[in-house]
Amino acid sequence: MALIRDVARVCKSKNAGPFELTIDVVFEDAETFRRVQATGVLTAALFARLYQVPEEQVLFTPYDAAFAFKATLPRLVPAGAFGDTDVYGCQQHAPLLDVDLPL
Amino acid sequence: MSKEIRLLSTSGILGYGFPEASLQAGLARKPDVIGVDGGSVDPGPHYLGSGKPFASPLAIRRDLRLMLRAAIAAKIPMVIGTSGGAGGAPHLAMVAQMVREIAREDGLHFKLALIHAEQDKAWVKQRAAAGRVHALARQPALTDATIDRATRIVGMMGPEPFITALDAGAQVVLAGRSSDPAPWAAATLRAQLPPAPGWYAGKMLECGATPAIPKGHDCLFVTVREDHVECEPTNPARRCTPLSVANHALHENSSPIHHIEPGGLLDTSECRFEAVSDRAVRISGMHWIPAERYTVKLEGVEQTGFRAICVCGTRDPLLIGRVDAFLDTVRQEVATKAAAFGVSPDSYQFGIRVYGRDGVMGAREPQRSALPHELGFVLEVVASESQEVASAVLAMARTNMLHTDFPGRLCREGNMAFPFSPSDIEVGAVYRFSVFHAAELDDPTEVFPIEYETL
Repeated sequence: MALIRDVARVCKSKNAGPFELTIDVVFEDAETFRRVQATGVLTAALFARLYQVPEEQVLFTPYDAAFAFKATLPRLVPAGAFGDTDVYGCQQHAPLLDVDLPL
Repeated sequence: MSKEIRLLSTSGILGYGFPEASLQAGLARKPDVIGVDGGSVDPGPHYLGSGKPFASPLAIRRDLRLMLRAAIAAKIPMVIGTSGGAGGAPHLAMVAQMVREIAREDGLHFKLALIHAEQDKAWVKQRAAAGRVHALARQPALTDATIDRATRIVGMMGPEPFITALDAGAQVVLAGRSSDPAPWAAATLRAQLPPAPGWYAGKMLECGATPAIPKGHDCLFVTVREDHVECEPTNPARRCTPLSVANHALHENSSPIHHIEPGGLLDTSECRFEAVSDRAVRISGMHWIPAERYTVKLEGVEQTGFRAICVCGTRDPLLIGRVDAFLDTVRQEVATKAAAFGVSPDSYQFGIRVYGRDGVMGAREPQRSALPHELGFVLEVVASESQEVASAVLAMARTNMLHTDFPGRLCREGNMAFPFSPSDIEVGAVYRFSVFHAAELDDPTEVFPIEYETL
């Protein structure tokens, strides 16, 4: 077992336009990427649960060229609208850090 | 030798700064074009609405002066997209005025092109009525009412207006809202190179040295050839690695492999990344898939009111232990007292952000039940009518945060520590994104008029 915070090289979030949030998890090399992918933990369903959105609203893309997984989902509030907490969307990654991967 | 073009980007945003030595190192490599991205939608709706830049004019002027001197001395074009941060008319005008002043002060002479991107509302309505404007990111269809309410609408141009301006002999091209890679794609298309590596190069250059490690605001040098791109930071303290460059494809895009641009889609799913030195990376295998219809993104904002805010905090464990009930009482008190001075609850929004609990993630915070030893609050009022109303309701909120009683209270002189006097901050007009749509164009240049000046 391993927490993402201990095995990922990068774990970050950012706006993809004013209405969407995109979250990236990047691993060290192709071997780690493949092992993580094989666990089946990183999926659209995981992001849907962590970010409280319907799974069909999560665009989940493994990107093997960068040993990365990307999920893009709707923001809770559009960037800069009343109630937004994070205009750049760059501090929304923390719930992923403690996801456990059965490596 | 095969055909190539050499491109030098100074940083991620005009006004973010770059080391002068990095610019000199880039110039020593004889670039064909120098440029920088001038803006972003990322800092939020305020800048498009207010007409103000998000980088400071002092910092923008510093970067501009160094770049202009370099471009004129090297006799190469200089291209800037999304001038002034949001790329509307006032933003473009501000940067254009700086360029004129610098040219006069430094005795620089060149042909300047200004490419406008702010859109005429009548045109947007016509295009929407023709069924040729499409909602993006699950937004509602664009209505005349939304267009009328918009403070400002810009169109995000592709490379074609830049090509027109450069073909007309402009040496310095300042554009309004542009797709970030567009000025660079324009330079490569003009060099008779295919679109795929040109767009890919633009994706790298629009962020300056961001594809390099360590990250920082700095210069990036990119060489584009028929079937590949090579990128290298000019600062010897940084380097591009296959992984750092591959990772950049993730940046601010909804997909790492499909990048939608005006006129087509850049597909990076088959990209290969190879180190050509310990500091430079060659990227190949990108594809450009032309779109059936040429579209540009429209961005618009509307004003929702005026904001006032106040920052305070508590170190009282008795209050922290029952903070939700306390804040509910404050909200009720504020509603009652604001109504008493004639401000109805439907004329403002009052929010209390609780830092130390869920101030960063809001409703998505998974650990909001953990109680820390101190909590910070940002009180916020947005009133639709005026700053006066926003400030009045906020003042009442601040007073009630300070003095509202709660069961078990020992701190009877006051509940909140205020770090500032005055405690209340008038923020001014508040905007929200209201237009985020794609408009079909008959001609990629049709809504981006160009003005030329000889300086």
